[in-house]
Amino acid sequence: MTTPNRIILDKYLRHNKKFPHIWCPGCGIGIVLAALLRAIDRTGWTKDEIVLVSGIGCSSRAPVYVDFNTLHTAHGRALPFATGIKAARPPLKVIVFTGDGDCAAIGGNHLIHACRRNIDITTVVVNNYIYGMTGGQQSPTTPEGMKATTATRGVIDQPFHIAELAASAGATFAARSTTYHAKELESFILKGLEHKGFSLVEAISQAPVCFGRRNGMGDPVEMVKREKELAIPISKTAGMTFEEKKDKIVTGIIEEREAQEWTDLYAGVKKTAGEE
Amino acid sequence: MKKKNGQLLQGNEAVVEGALYAGCSFYAGYPITPSTEIAEVLSVKLPERGGTFIQMEDEIASIGACLGASLAGAKSMTATSGPGFSLMQELIGYGVISEIPMVLVNVMRFGPSTGLPTSPSQGDVMQARWGTHGDHPIIVLTADSVPETFEMTVKAFNFSEKYRIPVILLLDEVVGHMREKITIPAEGEVKVVDRLKPEMPPEWYAPYADTNTGVPPMAAFGDGYRHHVTGLVHDAQGFPTAKPEEVVSGMDRLFSKISRGFSEVCITEELYCDDAKTIILSYGAAARSARDAVETMRADGEKVGLIKLKTLWPFPKAALEKYEKSVENIIVAEMNRGQIYREVWRVARGRWQVGKALAPYGNMLTPDMILDVARKVTK
Ligand SMILES: Cc1ncc(C[n+]2csc(CCOP(=O)(O)OP(=O)(O)O)c2C)c(N)n1
Ligand code: SF4
Ligand SMILES: [Mg+2]
Repeated sequence: MTTPNRIILDKYLRHNKKFPHIWCPGCGIGIVLAALLRAIDRTGWTKDEIVLVSGIGCSSRAPVYVDFNTLHTAHGRALPFATGIKAARPPLKVIVFTGDGDCAAIGGNHLIHACRRNIDITTVVVNNYIYGMTGGQQSPTTPEGMKATTATRGVIDQPFHIAELAASAGATFAARSTTYHAKELESFILKGLEHKGFSLVEAISQAPVCFGRRNGMGDPVEMVKREKELAIPISKTAGMTFEEKKDKIVTGIIEEREAQEWTDLYAGVKKTAGEE
Repeated sequence: MKKKNGQLLQGNEAVVEGALYAGCSFYAGYPITPSTEIAEVLSVKLPERGGTFIQMEDEIASIGACLGASLAGAKSMTATSGPGFSLMQELIGYGVISEIPMVLVNVMRFGPSTGLPTSPSQGDVMQARWGTHGDHPIIVLTADSVPETFEMTVKAFNFSEKYRIPVILLLDEVVGHMREKITIPAEGEVKVVDRLKPEMPPEWYAPYADTNTGVPPMAAFGDGYRHHVTGLVHDAQGFPTAKPEEVVSGMDRLFSKISRGFSEVCITEELYCDDAKTIILSYGAAARSARDAVETMRADGEKVGLIKLKTLWPFPKAALEKYEKSVENIIVAEMNRGQIYREVWRVARGRWQVGKALAPYGNMLTPDMILDVARKVTK
């Protein structure tokens, strides 16, 4: 059962950390973090066994505020650090909290390889379609035609669809939801946490200051409503063409399958090596 | 571990033996000649001892995984060469500011870029010192033989654990690939240092607080001491700060914890220096030729000595300053365009004539090349 946010905040926010946080009013990162905390609460895991790892970006600032073992690494490198932690100490529950730029641009190579290894790490990506921290440059998920400070005439590159990318790279759980669908998001994150293997949950999120404003998307509430309007559950996409799906937000579980997990397999390697 | 008499090992294999002796339990790497044997042998040996080997997608991931593993409590190591060393630079700085022990072996090859794969060179000396951005302290060790490679690998782990800093072991292709006789010391014969762990209750733990050594105890993730680690400048709790007084104390401690250990960290060896008028200063493979040249000149009755650096950074200038009065010339023998030469010249401040014998073309520096320079000076 989900515990109310008020209790969650009291339980998981760091009391010795100086607030306020760095996020702009109306930014969706807090909604994603709250969904993660509620999901964590439902796992019954202790704070001591959880390691929350991030890269660099507005989204990646999240770990500092919460009371786990927290690690704020370098831009794009959350997954290598997380891989080292998990591989060296498999009982730890390793969670990565990252942004679209952090995980799909500079960290893109690490992302596909973490998927391929199927190492038991849960990655939550805040996809706000933009480089927030640096002031609104185009990211690898910025939709074609949208404006960014480095694409004032509109983006011409095709965007990545992170959840599908992860699934095709070997992630054994991949899902997408939005900050509008905060409850669904929480349930997908919970599934990801409980899934054995590499799991990724993409959270479509509003970035009113660094993205919405430049693209005439209105205030944060309007941006969240837009997520609701564009969302289409994956169950309803059968038969839709790529072009038809292009401007939609396909929500739901994109991939969920069982496969051998890396640290389990490596435990087998150790066992055989020790017996040789 | 049983003492094994007289094994014939490669320098790279001695790195493996040294790492295992020091308690390394995690290796992450990406193949590159002339360092690859380190990964290959560890991929076999680590799992036999309950450790973990992982081949990562690139060198950035390799050092990242090592830093992560170290935060989880494992003594970790990666090894690479030139191009891979360049890729690792950003995260070296991460390890320095976040005070994460690990060992990074760079078996140097000729560069820049792909250069002359894989001719010997000592061209990464300054990169090892200054490769990552920003002012920072660093410890860089080197070795000139297979047994010394073992010794310095253990030292690299010991210093990294003791001072909570990534330590770079800068080898060259000659030392990495040559085979020599080596006797691995028995367990307990060589000191092995483990990082200090906190003993106070978790609520009192401040992961970056000053201590009497300047090095705070380090809790591993999962030990019950929940804390924050960041590459941002941080306060004693590890939380980001830009408050001038916290920036000053935090950054100054990073440097002072190492400078307090200079006498232990700066390792050199000397030969015939007491009455020497000319000193040849060298390190790594070049030091083997330097020793040969010194012996030849001594046989000719010349007052020549050798200072061999086993630590490159912090630069062991005290070893030179001892001879402030007695020595007239210092000749730096190295396989690059004068990277340590410039440092010696800077330290000399006119007290000695500083000369150089260099091999900057991916070639081995030979005793004759050193003799050519040294004989002109002593004439
Ligand atoms: C190596 C490196 N390159 C560039 C940067 C500058 N930088 C910081 S955050 C960022 C983009 C972050 O975008 P994203 O991951 O989408 O996070 P958001 O701020 O949108 O949450 C960039 C380019 C950096 N810190 N390090
Ligand atoms: S609105 Fe943009 S700049 Fe502001 S916190 Fe959110 S992502 Fe960062
Ligand atoms: Mg973003």
